Amino acid sequence: MATYIIRRLIWAAVMLTIVSIITFAIFFLVPRLAGATPESLATRYVGRTATAEQVKIAAEKLGFNDPLVVQYGRFAKGIVAGADYDYGPGVEHCPAPCFGYSFLTRLPVWPDLLDRLPVTMSLAIGAAILWVLAGVATGVVSALRRGSFFDRAAMTIALGGVSLPIFFTGMVSLVIFSYGLGITAPGGSFTPFLDDPAAWAYSLILPWITLAFLYAAGYARLTRAGMLETMSEDYIRTARAKGLTERTVVLKHGLRAALTPILTIFGLDVGLLLGGAVLTESTYSLPGMGKYAIDAITNQDLPKVMGVVLFAAFFVVVANLIVDLLYAVVDPRVRLA
Amino acid sequence: MKRRTTTGAAALGAVLALALSACGGGSGTTPKDSAQPAAEEAKAEFNAGLTGVVNPSDKKGGVLKFANEGDWDSLDPGDTYYGYSWNFIRLYGRSLLMFKSAVGKEGNELTPDLAEGMGQPSDDAKTWTYKLKPGVKFEDGTAITSKDVKYAVLRSLDKEVFPDGYTYFNDFLDLPKGYKGPYKSKGVNTDKAIETPDDQTIVFHLKQPLSNFDYFAQLPATIPVPEAKDTGAKYREHVIASGPYMFEKNEIGKGFTLVRNPNWDPATDPNRKALPDGFDVTTNVNADDIDNRVLSGDLDVAILGTGVKQAALGRVLGDPANKANSDNPTSTRLWYTSINGNVPPLDNIDCRKAVQYAANKVDYQTAFGGEFAGGQIATSLLPPAIPGHEDFNLYPPGADNKGDLDKAKEHLTACGHADGFETNIAYRAERPNEKAAAEALQQALGRVGIKLTLKPFPQADYFALYAGKPGYAKDNKLGLAQNGWMSDWPDGFGFLGQIVDSRVIRDTGGSSNISVRDPEVDKMLDQAMAETDQAKRDALWTAIDKKVMEDAFILPGIWTKSLIVRSKNATNIFVNDAYGMYDYLGLGVK
Repeated sequence: MATYIIRRLIWAAVMLTIVSIITFAIFFLVPRLAGATPESLATRYVGRTATAEQVKIAAEKLGFNDPLVVQYGRFAKGIVAGADYDYGPGVEHCPAPCFGYSFLTRLPVWPDLLDRLPVTMSLAIGAAILWVLAGVATGVVSALRRGSFFDRAAMTIALGGVSLPIFFTGMVSLVIFSYGLGITAPGGSFTPFLDDPAAWAYSLILPWITLAFLYAAGYARLTRAGMLETMSEDYIRTARAKGLTERTVVLKHGLRAALTPILTIFGLDVGLLLGGAVLTESTYSLPGMGKYAIDAITNQDLPKVMGVVLFAAFFVVVANLIVDLLYAVVDPRVRLA
Repeated sequence: MKRRTTTGAAALGAVLALALSACGGGSGTTPKDSAQPAAEEAKAEFNAGLTGVVNPSDKKGGVLKFANEGDWDSLDPGDTYYGYSWNFIRLYGRSLLMFKSAVGKEGNELTPDLAEGMGQPSDDAKTWTYKLKPGVKFEDGTAITSKDVKYAVLRSLDKEVFPDGYTYFNDFLDLPKGYKGPYKSKGVNTDKAIETPDDQTIVFHLKQPLSNFDYFAQLPATIPVPEAKDTGAKYREHVIASGPYMFEKNEIGKGFTLVRNPNWDPATDPNRKALPDGFDVTTNVNADDIDNRVLSGDLDVAILGTGVKQAALGRVLGDPANKANSDNPTSTRLWYTSINGNVPPLDNIDCRKAVQYAANKVDYQTAFGGEFAGGQIATSLLPPAIPGHEDFNLYPPGADNKGDLDKAKEHLTACGHADGFETNIAYRAERPNEKAAAEALQQALGRVGIKLTLKPFPQADYFALYAGKPGYAKDNKLGLAQNGWMSDWPDGFGFLGQIVDSRVIRDTGGSSNISVRDPEVDKMLDQAMAETDQAKRDALWTAIDKKVMEDAFILPGIWTKSLIVRSKNATNIFVNDAYGMYDYLGLGVK
């Protein structure tokens, strides 16, 4: 097991390096290939009526005049060894892992990422609990009562959930529940869990439900399909023949086998969400990783983009690793090399 | 549109940009107590805030909630160039002069803030002297002196540390050669640019006469900064307040709160009522959500002041109650089309005039959002709020504003292209309004045989590499180019300086002026800048406007309007023409 984990971690590091190179190339190499000059790149980060001299100074300050290899090397070195930043009256050391300084706010990126993480974690974990409980339970009941009114109604609602985009359901929910009925928090609300758990839950209940609605729908359909297949297997008939209770047959023999593909998807979904629930956070103006990412991309704030992409990739890689490890727990047939 | 809410490389296509702009305003007049809005109480109806004060009150207390769909370029007074920021900054900073907190055009007038009076020019307007009021303090209780103002201006010159701001002081102050600001040019004597003979006096020395330097004195860069507490690029995280409010908490990228500054003395400040106890500002908020919250009363001000978004437009205009609670001010922004005289056959004035006559102004207005969310059809350059504006139209587009095709054909014949000609029109690819306007022109000009081909370019490089680079524009036949400009302050220099002066055009690109090349106009600009008599100066701005229109180098489109909604919880709501939005200094809480 330990060897397996170490091997996966090494691969994770390689994967993150490749992701960082590709991301760097997209934002730094592609514009150059399209004809952008260091000065034209720098015009995005200066005032409206910047003079040529001002643009030149900015290009130099941002390091755009250096060869791309040097620029990437500086970025990579910052992550490993930290970097120095001249803020005018003095020089500040940005300790490792230093993802550089924002081109616009001139603040270090790493503390920003850490600051945003609790918001995204709160959103992702809360919503994940809701969608797993609701989705899997609905899927199981639908499978067991195939063709019933409940099954048809649940699958119709699930279809709606999968089809409706979050920027629509989110905005409509805000208008109805927050601004109309006044029973949920308005957009832009977030209270850290440690400050006030009740306020934390109140500020997130609507984003949780909206996000969970989207995912639960898919999970319900997936669970239903898995359960239908599993419950028709021979070993289920055998279990029933042995006189086991229906509860045991369904939960221990049926659901457990059907959970493996759900666990795979769940790991990926949670990993991706921890990297930032872009649309949910944007719709509800939650200051998490997703909002941070979209603002960074919108403003072409490249150090922030690099930081958030690597952060997101890290979570996907880690979530996948955890899922692979959990396979052994859920399904004894799985053996790790 | 993606269904799942994930991030990463999948989202790379989303690239937008805010049109950065700043504005100020006004003509220097005798200072008086301007904290009290001069206009009478206005009945709460559509556009009531343009001419009067809605919900007048002197009640103190409460907290106003603001939200920003983006974020400040910087809260540092030496590094900010957004119009809303200049409006808001007066809450925590005091510059030498300021725009009056007053309704409509009165808001365009300058009034002393830190200074006791308006600037005293000497040496043919190359030297300007200001006396500071005694007893004004920073939030920590330290007295503000002229040295703090000098330091603030000098630090703002360092464009490596403060790249967002303007370069007016860099361009006009008589600085020592090679001076790069107090961080890099430590110990350099700068008295030849700015003198502080005593703690209450500051003297600016300019390289050339500048009759309207008082507008420079209202710039946020003159808000004092204590050298001992200056943290350079990090100063934005905690600006030391000189106004009635100071920062309690500031989380850049998320928002900040302002609370009362205990060391602000109202006796030194007749301009500010400082009614609320504080301000709660959230940044990077979903724009549609901001509109919903303002309409529901959950939020007080959409700080950008650029109007409600498309999704809320119908709800405001279609609901009598909402409409009565909104205003539709005209800003000092002009959307226009540059007609490049370097690109044949537009080097012929008659060909340029044919374009002027053939344009369909109604479709142009529709392209930018129509009458309420777009703007008013423009017939010249200077917007109505700017002194020197005069109503004239050298190219009447017919009674229906859809173009005078007979006149257009006459001029086409005169320029030797009776059947029309072919050229390209450039626009910023990320801006659907510009694309729609270019398409409207394509259709309108096609009626007289002028065939336009649409050429989109990335907005980040629009001026630096494409439409604004003379060589590229000529080689690629960019005869027309979509353009826009908003005045830094409402006077002719602030509006015209960057868009009609041929000397700002550089071969390397990057200039906002991409079409006006007339030495006569340059000469008139110099004359206006040296003219100390306000009336004569305004007349010169009018003359320049007319000259550029005679040259037909610019096809004016619209003067921008925005539909802004009043807070349900606020008092003293009115539009200040200097900013073209609600005056944030006047607001109180019910």
